[in-house]
Amino acid sequence: MPFVPHTPQDVEEMLEAVNLQSVDDLFEDIPRQFRFENLDLPDGKSEMEVFEYIKRLSNQNATQLTSFLGAGFYDHYIPAAIDPIVTRGEYLTAYTPYQPEVSQGTLQSIYEYQSMICRLTGMEVSNASLYDGGTALYEAIMMSMRVTKRSKILMCSGVNPIYRKMIETYTTNLNIELIETPIKHGQLERDVIGEQLDKSIAAVIMQNPTFFGSVDDYSDVCNMAHEVGALAIMSVYPISLSIIKDPGSMGVDIVTGEGQSLGIPLGFGGPYLGFMATRKKLARKMPGRICGTTVDSKGRKSYVLTLQAREQHIRREKAMSNVCTNVGLMALRSVVYMALVGKQGFVEVGQECFNRAEFAKEKLNAIPGVQVKESAPTFNELTVELPVPAKNIMPDMIEKGYAAGWPLDRYYPEMKNYILMAFTEKHTQEQISGMCNALEEVLCRF
Amino acid sequence: MSVLIFEKSQPGRRGITFSNSSDQYKTRIDKRFLREEPPALPEVSELDVIRHYTSLSQKNFSIDTNFYPLGSCTMKYNPRLNEKVASLEGFANLHPLMAQLQYGGQLTQGALRLIHEIEQYLCEICGMKAFTMQPMAGAHGELTGLLLIRAYHEDKGNQKTKILIPDAAHGTNPASAAIAGYDCITIPTGENGCMDMEAYEAALGPDVAGVMLTCPNTVGLFNPNIDKVTELAHKHDALVYYDGANMNAIMGRARPGDLGFDVIHINLHKTFSTPHGGGGPGGGPVGVSEKLIPYLPISQVEKRKDGTFTLNYDCPKSIGYLSAFYGNFMVNLRAYTFMLRLGGNGMKRASDMAVLNANYVRAKLADKYNLMYPRICMHEVVFDASKQAENGVHALDIAKALLDKGLHAPTMYFPLVIKEALMIEPTESESKQTIDEFIEAMRELADIAETDPDWFKETPRTTRVSRVDEVAAAKNMDLAY
Amino acid sequence: MVPENLYYTEEHEWIRIEDGQATLGITDHAQKELGDITYVELPDIDDEFDSGDDIAVVESVKAAADVYAPLSGIITEVNEGLEDEPELVNASPYEKGWICKFSDFDENDLEDLMSPQQYKDFIEG
Repeated sequence: MPFVPHTPQDVEEMLEAVNLQSVDDLFEDIPRQFRFENLDLPDGKSEMEVFEYIKRLSNQNATQLTSFLGAGFYDHYIPAAIDPIVTRGEYLTAYTPYQPEVSQGTLQSIYEYQSMICRLTGMEVSNASLYDGGTALYEAIMMSMRVTKRSKILMCSGVNPIYRKMIETYTTNLNIELIETPIKHGQLERDVIGEQLDKSIAAVIMQNPTFFGSVDDYSDVCNMAHEVGALAIMSVYPISLSIIKDPGSMGVDIVTGEGQSLGIPLGFGGPYLGFMATRKKLARKMPGRICGTTVDSKGRKSYVLTLQAREQHIRREKAMSNVCTNVGLMALRSVVYMALVGKQGFVEVGQECFNRAEFAKEKLNAIPGVQVKESAPTFNELTVELPVPAKNIMPDMIEKGYAAGWPLDRYYPEMKNYILMAFTEKHTQEQISGMCNALEEVLCRF
Repeated sequence: MSVLIFEKSQPGRRGITFSNSSDQYKTRIDKRFLREEPPALPEVSELDVIRHYTSLSQKNFSIDTNFYPLGSCTMKYNPRLNEKVASLEGFANLHPLMAQLQYGGQLTQGALRLIHEIEQYLCEICGMKAFTMQPMAGAHGELTGLLLIRAYHEDKGNQKTKILIPDAAHGTNPASAAIAGYDCITIPTGENGCMDMEAYEAALGPDVAGVMLTCPNTVGLFNPNIDKVTELAHKHDALVYYDGANMNAIMGRARPGDLGFDVIHINLHKTFSTPHGGGGPGGGPVGVSEKLIPYLPISQVEKRKDGTFTLNYDCPKSIGYLSAFYGNFMVNLRAYTFMLRLGGNGMKRASDMAVLNANYVRAKLADKYNLMYPRICMHEVVFDASKQAENGVHALDIAKALLDKGLHAPTMYFPLVIKEALMIEPTESESKQTIDEFIEAMRELADIAETDPDWFKETPRTTRVSRVDEVAAAKNMDLAY
Repeated sequence: MVPENLYYTEEHEWIRIEDGQATLGITDHAQKELGDITYVELPDIDDEFDSGDDIAVVESVKAAADVYAPLSGIITEVNEGLEDEPELVNASPYEKGWICKFSDFDENDLEDLMSPQQYKDFIEG
């Protein structure tokens, strides 16, 4: 690929200007025995060749299956107007907006993103985003320890096990005690948490809906946490906030979540969008970039990254976090998504997800031996009990064209007969019925 | 001018609608679980949205519209093929858990092959033995590297508490070391612009777990004693971390693995042309030497004997899960596309021209701006505005004045060891003509700094807003509408 | 500006002793170096600390400076006025911009601090 524009003439003139004979002379500081000759890699290829190769790889992935996979990462409809905006070079190829004079576009979009996240969650301040839902939850834990100066965390077992695995990795070297709080019949055990909570607890971590799909009102748990000076932290699924009670009105102090469902493709695991919002009084303890308003020297309203004294480029080892980025383009995708679907469309999406799951409940429960765990209300995801190990039905279901869901035994060995199924506005009733019929047929073989 | 999307909202106006299948389920959930009012998102048409965000975009500088000589950031051109491959449905619509269903590997062979191949490419480019694509940004890669170092020492029963970091390091280095549970010891810069070897040797000891270095360093210099630095660390069983932020200088010229580095992160959004996106997403894959392989994060892509690919979760000594799945796959995909197009020969040429561009700038501006370390630099050159500061014109003023010329500011006041630093990284994708224009602008500003220093105070004059009141922003804390 | 009758530290803090109680703030030199102060993170009353602990943070737009305890002690009072008007540290570093008061320190430790003249030499040297 002719990536460098230099002509032989350019190179000659530039070498002359720096008073060197050859390009090799530029690398004299590299110790002689370590100078490398040539990378053992193929030579460059044409754009067409590379595209054809990558396209061939992309065809070796089973995206033709009708998928009911979720587990925190959902296949929602992505409106057509998102890509044309986000791929504009002025957004795509801009740097972090450290020079506000030439970054008002990015900065205002961040401010609008922060505002929308606050409106979704019922919080007062949001940062400009973090890597993903799991790292956002980890950062919330670290933040709660800074605020309370305590180091014990109560982790509800309804929190996504993928996040919990990540948090274990991040915290093993730190002086943090993670204590599990069980759920029973889809709901957090209030008696147990009542006993676990005391003045040594920094925060209670909840997830709504839980990993298993159940919805709850955690207002009482937030109160219990506050009574002992602990913070209430909640990881949420943003689409559910269209109809489900928002964490702000439950009394939650820090809200985090995975924003992938807000217009971001599944993309085999990322990049995604970690969001984080909190109360104003905790803003200075929050990690990540934050955009605020101000005026310029002529008195015009402008936007600027603010509260930077919290961050690593100023505080170094005393920073709130080592995070040095937000996921700007993903935040932009989500802000355009939220603007496009708007107030009414957002509720429609949420209601449709709920409706599909309710429809699926009826269909699934009609299959002999199949039962949806239903001791608590759900939003769009169901824990379904099968008469046989969930793993065993997968190959036949895949053959019939369905990725029916995620067998739960990977993180819960005792739940080998359970499968987690997610439903979104993209699923038609025909697809759901088709999957249920296929499941019934497959189960007959066992 | 800066009307918010919320201010354009009109009750009842719609952008996109969704079919409403049925109201029969609405009552199936108790009101106490529901919110009273829907979130107050804007009510606007699709055209409102398109026009609003298009007009906002026009208030940005970007690589596509402006030259970005931003030191340490490697703002090279982002080829559009990267975006085209990212829109391929076979990747964009692929649920990450598809790989974990039974027969799972079978359902995502293309994606797993891609991860494997990019790891192989990075191993060759960096001279490392294995790579993980999981870290989601450079700083995330740093944390990964430090967790690997920690796991190595704990496995060996080593009692180590300290990480040595030069004073010129990126701020993320000490921040990452701190959250990995280490104490940071700062090593000063010596007279040649590289880490002071005497101070370094004195700081080394049995309690040192590792050393974090950027090479070439943030002053833009390649430490000619780098092999001695790694050798000395290894004598104390301290591991050496390579901050790959400046990898764009040495592709095909030197390999960190050959120089003795044990662990390295690469910023894909710098060296491998994935878009900066106004602040992310990034990609920070981490490479390791032989002795750190057992500790790599879960999961790992493995090639089976039959040539197919699978995910290995059975890694008993692993540090664990760093990202939910396989890192920022779509960023990795873009980076791999770039690597394939350049090839081994093209990558070497890219680094060569990046270094030539920086040295050309150095030669052409050395009479106007002070150079604290006047020697051949790598892919970036660090001047300072100390001469101009005598007239009251500071690095910030020069940077702001450049904006008026349609040129992005260089990195200022970094590295911290150089006062009034102006750090310039032209990158290889810029032509001699563009760089000549930049040089001309910088020379002109140096002249104005002598004749009319007050002129700078009002710069920039032509941008959408002028200098903003950052103190007011921090005090008012208006962070949401 | 280096007032008499105060003790000083190398970290640019001052201490005033009155009635067995110590008042702590940052010096005029320090506030000038930091620039416009945007926020002061105050300690909590009854916090116990040892000399060398960081007990407060003074933030400007471009910097965050830890305030280190020059002596050990217990916080008795904090300057709540700084919550709304952190700029008092700039305008009046030795009077209205004080940060906190504390008791239970060891008077002998005061000897380790700098006199006004020593501090003047320190910042000029």
